[in-house]
Amino acid sequence: MRTGQHRFVAGFLLVPVALYLIFVIWPYIQTFGYSLTDWKGQSQTFKFVGLDNYKALIHDDVFMEAIWHNILFLIFIPVITILLALFFAFMVNAGGRSKAGGVQGVAGSKFYKIVYFFPQVLSLAIVAVLFNAVYRSDGGGLLNGVLIKIHLVDPNNPVEWLNEPNMVLWALLAAVVWHGVGFYLVLFSAAMQSIPRDVYEAALIDGASRNQSFFRITLPLLWDTVQTAWVYLGIVAMDMFVLVSSMTQNMGAYGGGPDHHSDVMSTVMMRNFEYFGKSGYACAMGVVMLLLTLVLSVVMLRATRRDRVEF
Amino acid sequence: MSAPLKETAAQGAGVPAQRTASRTPARPGERRGEGVVLNAFSHGFLALWALLIILPLLWLVFSSFRSDAQIGGSAFGWPQAWSFDVFRRAWNKGIGDYFLNTVIVLVFSVPLTMLFGSMAAYVLARYRFWGNRVVYYFFVAGAMFPVFLALVPLFFMVKRLDMLNTYQGLILVYVAYSMPFTVFFMHAFFRTLPTAVFEASVLDGASHTRTFFQVMLPMAKPGLISVGIFNTLGQWNQFILPTVLMQPQSGSDPERYVLTQGLIQLQQQQGYASDLPVLFAGVTLAMIPMLVVYLSFQRQVQAGLTSATLK
Repeated sequence: MRTGQHRFVAGFLLVPVALYLIFVIWPYIQTFGYSLTDWKGQSQTFKFVGLDNYKALIHDDVFMEAIWHNILFLIFIPVITILLALFFAFMVNAGGRSKAGGVQGVAGSKFYKIVYFFPQVLSLAIVAVLFNAVYRSDGGGLLNGVLIKIHLVDPNNPVEWLNEPNMVLWALLAAVVWHGVGFYLVLFSAAMQSIPRDVYEAALIDGASRNQSFFRITLPLLWDTVQTAWVYLGIVAMDMFVLVSSMTQNMGAYGGGPDHHSDVMSTVMMRNFEYFGKSGYACAMGVVMLLLTLVLSVVMLRATRRDRVEF
Repeated sequence: MSAPLKETAAQGAGVPAQRTASRTPARPGERRGEGVVLNAFSHGFLALWALLIILPLLWLVFSSFRSDAQIGGSAFGWPQAWSFDVFRRAWNKGIGDYFLNTVIVLVFSVPLTMLFGSMAAYVLARYRFWGNRVVYYFFVAGAMFPVFLALVPLFFMVKRLDMLNTYQGLILVYVAYSMPFTVFFMHAFFRTLPTAVFEASVLDGASHTRTFFQVMLPMAKPGLISVGIFNTLGQWNQFILPTVLMQPQSGSDPERYVLTQGLIQLQQQQGYASDLPVLFAGVTLAMIPMLVVYLSFQRQVQAGLTSATLK
């Protein structure tokens, strides 16, 4: 029986562990090794160069600027998405018409949830094509078209949303928020509905207003979910590959334009790997991405730590 | 975790509605006034965002009926003719092939992900053996790392296996990269299943393997559905892995682009070819299955994705 059980355990683990080792763990480990070489990818020979790639990274203005763009995304994507989603979740759940002196969810809350969530099931590739059409730099773009109609934009001089250095990041940000808000609305809604009613009843008896019960009860009890949302949006902000590479002017390949004003770490890395063929250097970028991800998750978890409320 | 979430999602606006029950009707007039203002306010915002989601998508679908010159000229304008020929052209321009490629990959990768993920999660959750925790954390840790960390060595690993631009290569990679989350989620799920059924099955003389497939796996169906939806959407919308792994390796090597990759490819081609209606028609075709699946299983999709995140 014992040996039979061991054979069973080993048999069940064999294929999943093997696949995982070959395609995930081993490449992860190799990246660290390759990042210390001058490997050019196609050639089989490379030599050990120590930390040269990392030293070069520090002086690589494009990569440094890309890190800065990721940090901007890391601040604004979670803040805007979470605030909007919390606001909508509160509206959907508590913004309804009074009945007999009470409060309830808005009529059609189900409809709103269905519509808001829909972008989440679309691929980012679809979102990229859609927003490219929306942001077209002539009157044929939806955004320019609407702004021309209401006379906010001169038809002879439409806004080049994706070609203006100080506009392009915000244009990308808007697409991300458009894609994500519905998901977090549903997430927060579910969390709000799992808060026990007697908590609210107790607050009411104590004379709490609607605002007070939101800020003093709903929000603190939602904190765990908000934290989860922050982590997931942080991952989105560290990636951004699909939108940047397919919506912005190519800086050789994989977007990043105009003049690297929208480059992020992932696009710079892919460009160095596939376009310039600098595999070792790209690996060093991958390691920096990992380190930044780890540092940021530690900082985030520390900064948002609260005493967990069990209910 | 998924089951209670689904229930709460089904309740609609539960909590705040209940708040009203205990509310003393002391100042009904004032309460009602507050509710009406908030109601109008929340409906305004909610409706505005709903329009911001629906209108761009409708506009894009509508634009596929317009001519390229019309699209470039103005954002608005009635199509000259309602011809569905553009959809046939988009299908033949590659969308048909991209669909087929994506389906071929997912038909294998999703069931294999579920099978291997459940097998590993099951033995890790229900059997005590030396190294159990190590293997579990080894799987779960993979979720922490950005995929970009592995990309360069992964490319060369798949190349060495002679699987670049092959279905089986992408399938295996998808399965491997879906392991951390699948194992994590199913592990939690298998732990919640009652031991008594398992013991009864073993007492009846069923082997471990048979117990898994005929007793435990059917009991884990709700968890399998949640993770299944999550993996299907994730793999369907995956972009970076096929971008790196599914490029034709020589002149005679046929394109095997998946849908997301193909759409971006089409966007480049159609931009040069000045035939944007075909691109928009392609995006419309790509959205249709998502819309149908989403509207049919909207509650499962929302619960699947959000409960998966909350774990």
